[in-house]
Amino acid sequence: MTQPLASSATVALQSERTPGLNLTARARPYMRPAEPTAPKTSRRPSNLWQVRAPISRRAYWVLAFTGLITPLVLWAMFAAWGGMDPTFLPAPLQVLEKTWFWATENDLLGDMGISIYRVVSGFMLSAVIALPLGLLIGSYRSVQALLEPLTDFVRYMPAVAFIPLVMIWVGIDESAKISIIFIGTFFQMVLMVAEDVRRVPAAQVEAAQTMGANRRELIEKVIFPSAKPALLDTLRITMGWAWTYLVVAELVAANSGLGYAILRAQRFLQTDTIFAGIIVIGLIGLITDQLFRWGHRRAFPWLYLKG
Amino acid sequence: MNTPTKISIRDLSKCFDGAALNALEHIDLDIPANEFVTFVGASGCGKSTLLRTIGGLEVQTAGELRVDDRAVTGPGIDRAMVFQHYSLYPWMTVMENIKFCRQLAAHTRDRTSSDVEAASGRADALLRLMGLSAVADAWPNQLSGGMQQRVAIARALMGKPEIVLMDEPFGALDAQTREVMHDLIRYVHKLEKATIVFVTHDVEEAIYLGSRVVLMAPRPGRIDTIYEVPFGDQRTQDLKHAPEFVRLKREILERIRETSGMKTDLEQLQRLSGAQVTTDTDTTTA
Repeated sequence: MTQPLASSATVALQSERTPGLNLTARARPYMRPAEPTAPKTSRRPSNLWQVRAPISRRAYWVLAFTGLITPLVLWAMFAAWGGMDPTFLPAPLQVLEKTWFWATENDLLGDMGISIYRVVSGFMLSAVIALPLGLLIGSYRSVQALLEPLTDFVRYMPAVAFIPLVMIWVGIDESAKISIIFIGTFFQMVLMVAEDVRRVPAAQVEAAQTMGANRRELIEKVIFPSAKPALLDTLRITMGWAWTYLVVAELVAANSGLGYAILRAQRFLQTDTIFAGIIVIGLIGLITDQLFRWGHRRAFPWLYLKG
Repeated sequence: MNTPTKISIRDLSKCFDGAALNALEHIDLDIPANEFVTFVGASGCGKSTLLRTIGGLEVQTAGELRVDDRAVTGPGIDRAMVFQHYSLYPWMTVMENIKFCRQLAAHTRDRTSSDVEAASGRADALLRLMGLSAVADAWPNQLSGGMQQRVAIARALMGKPEIVLMDEPFGALDAQTREVMHDLIRYVHKLEKATIVFVTHDVEEAIYLGSRVVLMAPRPGRIDTIYEVPFGDQRTQDLKHAPEFVRLKREILERIRETSGMKTDLEQLQRLSGAQVTTDTDTTTA
């Protein structure tokens, strides 16, 4: 089938090139050129270095694992080299031993429990207030004008600076630590929630308006459901920030918790405990983050459709 | 023809905050019930603003706008609007989107259970009419752009609006899909007996769909010319190649160019290139 087709295609091409004044367009059925078009052997450069190109699942996991393990290996090598006082840089094994000791003898689980309690309480408290408030700021320009400049102003104040005030106002018990975490996360959270709400496409809101939705229905049936996926992402991100305020919060008359343990270890130059505490906080954060992502996929399946 | 006036616009002007020129200036227009009227014009001519004002989404600065002889004070269920895109609710299935208005108090107040049945029958009928039966349970972002616009139109029709306002509803669709949608929307117009106000930048679309084409001009936004489309109610795609159709299209396109000030740009270009550019300006709009 190949040869005859090839020749006729060539003829057609030549006749096309012949100059002439015939301006009538002609439709000619397309004939595949018959040259043995061997499948291209020249490999495309791998997707790994293509901007925004997708990479395989396997490549993702290999890279993620490499990214996590490389610093650990470098750390181990550096410690083994011995040029550095173990007081300043403990070896990974030493940290692991310390963690084990902490877990078996020094109530690591208890410290984790109380820290998680503080972080989650402060986080929940700010979410409970920030969500409705952000929803209002994002929905009503008047509320935005009233509250957003104020929030922007307070947001820049360092949470640490509030510690003396918090101690005076709410005392030195659990509520003080929760308050610090609240102050650290709340103002950012309000602004992010408001921004998520403002990003609801105008056409979605206006379509509902022309279908007769009243204000309450607009917020309950359109704006909130539309913003929900973005809101859960905002909660995930601010949860991370809540954890970063833990150590600060446990500066306040604490005698338990991961942050407190890190601070006490600093006083006694126990760098291995500091490392252990930091890594435990990191792991808790990583797990929380993955839980949020998993929840996101479960709650909003239409965002994760294949193809 | 003695159809009652559905939408009556009297000396309507609109000025956005901080804008030097009026977005709309002295608009006077009567739209009879059941008319399919289309609006074209260069960008910035205020055609969308006028549509949104009729829909109650914008408020005029001066003048009067009456629907069924009642002054418009805001959006209402008698005037549904179809947007160019992003108006579907991605968290609802196609069917849930179409039935959305049934969740709203404005549509369910003082209704009996037989109305509820009628409504679900209507939703099914719209689904079939729009060729969406197979995707009733799909999410909008699983559909092509054309299918999404079908859902948006079905959703707008669900509440039995007397007026359907369409703001470049097919502007983001490819040419082939658009042709299909044209015949579909003409069929819907005949079936539903609604007044349709249709804004577009595609002159061919405006002529093919409308019984009148209102040409608006920018700076300030105003009505320039109103063209009566003489092709009756029976239209097929072949009409687009009829000499009268092409002539009308050319006339409207030329007028749009004259009102838009695009002519000067071309002269500028000729001066810049220094060459004799003998461009035939008779090309279709982008």
